[in-house]
Amino acid sequence: MSQTQATFGTGIAQCRSDFPALDQDVNGHRLVYLDSAASAQQPAAVIDAVARYQRNDHANVHRGVHTLSHRATELYEGARDKLCAFINASNRAEIVLTSGTTEAVNLVAQSFCRPTLSAGDQILITGLEHHSNIVPWQLVCEQTGAELIVADIDDDGDVNLEHLFALMSERVKLLGIGHVSNALGTINPLADIIAQARQHGIAVLVDGAQGVPHMNIDVQALGCDFYAFSGHKMFGPTGTGVLWGREALLEEMPPYQGGGDMILEVSFDNTVFNELPYKFEAGTPNIAGVIGLGTAVDYLLSVGMDSIYEHEKTLHAYLASQLASVDGVRLIGTAKHQASVQSFMLNDIHPHDLGTILDHQGVAIRTGHHCAMPVMKRFGLPGTARASLGLYNNSDDVDHLVAALEKARQIFA
Amino acid sequence: MNDTLQKDELRELYREVILDHARKPRNFGRLDDATHTAEGINPLCGDKLRLYLIVDAEQTVVSVGFEGSGCAISMASASLLTETVTRLSVEDADACFRTVTQRLTQANDGASATQETDLSRLRALDGVREYPSRVKCATLAWHALHAALKQSDSKATTE
Ligand SMILES: Cc1ncc(COP(=O)(O)O)c(C=O)c1O
Repeated sequence: MSQTQATFGTGIAQCRSDFPALDQDVNGHRLVYLDSAASAQQPAAVIDAVARYQRNDHANVHRGVHTLSHRATELYEGARDKLCAFINASNRAEIVLTSGTTEAVNLVAQSFCRPTLSAGDQILITGLEHHSNIVPWQLVCEQTGAELIVADIDDDGDVNLEHLFALMSERVKLLGIGHVSNALGTINPLADIIAQARQHGIAVLVDGAQGVPHMNIDVQALGCDFYAFSGHKMFGPTGTGVLWGREALLEEMPPYQGGGDMILEVSFDNTVFNELPYKFEAGTPNIAGVIGLGTAVDYLLSVGMDSIYEHEKTLHAYLASQLASVDGVRLIGTAKHQASVQSFMLNDIHPHDLGTILDHQGVAIRTGHHCAMPVMKRFGLPGTARASLGLYNNSDDVDHLVAALEKARQIFA
Repeated sequence: MNDTLQKDELRELYREVILDHARKPRNFGRLDDATHTAEGINPLCGDKLRLYLIVDAEQTVVSVGFEGSGCAISMASASLLTETVTRLSVEDADACFRTVTQRLTQANDGASATQETDLSRLRALDGVREYPSRVKCATLAWHALHAALKQSDSKATTE
């Protein structure tokens, strides 16, 4: 391992100092946070925006004539506008605020699929998916008699496109596919896949949880029908997320949950639902979280999504090559296009043992099945160690990881 | 200086005994004529094992085996378990479950039940106390033991 290289990726990596949590020692070592794919740290701007709102502006949204309620509503709806522009949605009515990707996928399963699916219909996913892009479809299949079918992945962690395309037919009503695999980092070739799905009239939901933090997203250019993502993976607060959907589809869909805010008029005989997107936002939302998410969008835009993409691409290449140079390391996930997420094994050391040894040296990685058990099964592994990089990581972090792995190797030698 | 200290603490967790048992688990394999069996699952880690016991008419555990996969801590703990409870009465074996789980989850030695049983080899597991997130790995096999002794086939989790 060479420590001789100068730390690179400065410029954008100056951003590191924007994240208070990164400036601490863990177990006597500088914290090296390599678990942003599980949840990213928040910049001070986000933390402060949430605190400012809590201190000064908190009230319920959409329902008061008083000043604080007005302020809260402005901030909350302002965040929706930011999110709308951020992913280039055509219309703010298409931005449904949810508690995260999981809720967004469940919403589509229950509100878009459930009323229309019947026995003989199919839902298509891939072998790369996170459990939250598997289980909601299993549930709706059970409820409707439809069938869940799964496209294979290959040894590099790419979706087998031939198989995926072969499974597409008029029977398939929806394709649920991740933008980026959280387990293997694979960036799916969405343009080709969505174009192919279109030819069969298949609706497409993209699980964008791991896409949004790493690259510029333009939902209109992508051509999908739904795009789901989580706030906490893009440097915003937990318990926030977005379902973007085409307005025409959302219009047709029945509400997902009933309650306050999603209605225009309620009587015991009849209830008139509110307009989009409020039809899908029953109850008091995570106001503070959404305001923080809006600030996270401001932050990402100020850094620049293209700079983030370039920075992470360079850093991932360095990570992959440094890892590969460690005796006994095997990379899991070597797809053609990969985001800055890298799974690996070190000899036959169980990932959890590795995780503990690394943690001891201040290096935080994720270990286990990454909520993608079918992926682990495909590779015949109980789990993997996974290092994921965010905009705030630099080559020094990678060097620390590699040094920590050398120690793990000694202990298990 | 800091570094050696860190390393020593880690060596405490991954003692030679642990690494040895993890590499070469004792009594690994299924017992076809088991009278008691239980599965242990640690959903968080994916550690998974099945414990087999043969209990004779005198209520003595005459044979113990296990199969499964998991981290070094869970495999070593299971391996140590098989050595510890073979030839114990059912009662004493179950008392070991209580002693071990107490010992690993409490700061002090929690030496209570089964003073007669020699648990010295289990000291190797003591390092895990410093790692709250790993205690479940160490106790998994013992939960399976407890479940197996309670009924003839069951499932134990650390949750
Ligand atoms: C690819 C992918 N999809 C979905 C999710 C679920 O996101 P959340 O737990 O925020 O709903 C995650 C988070 O781990 C993910 O990585």
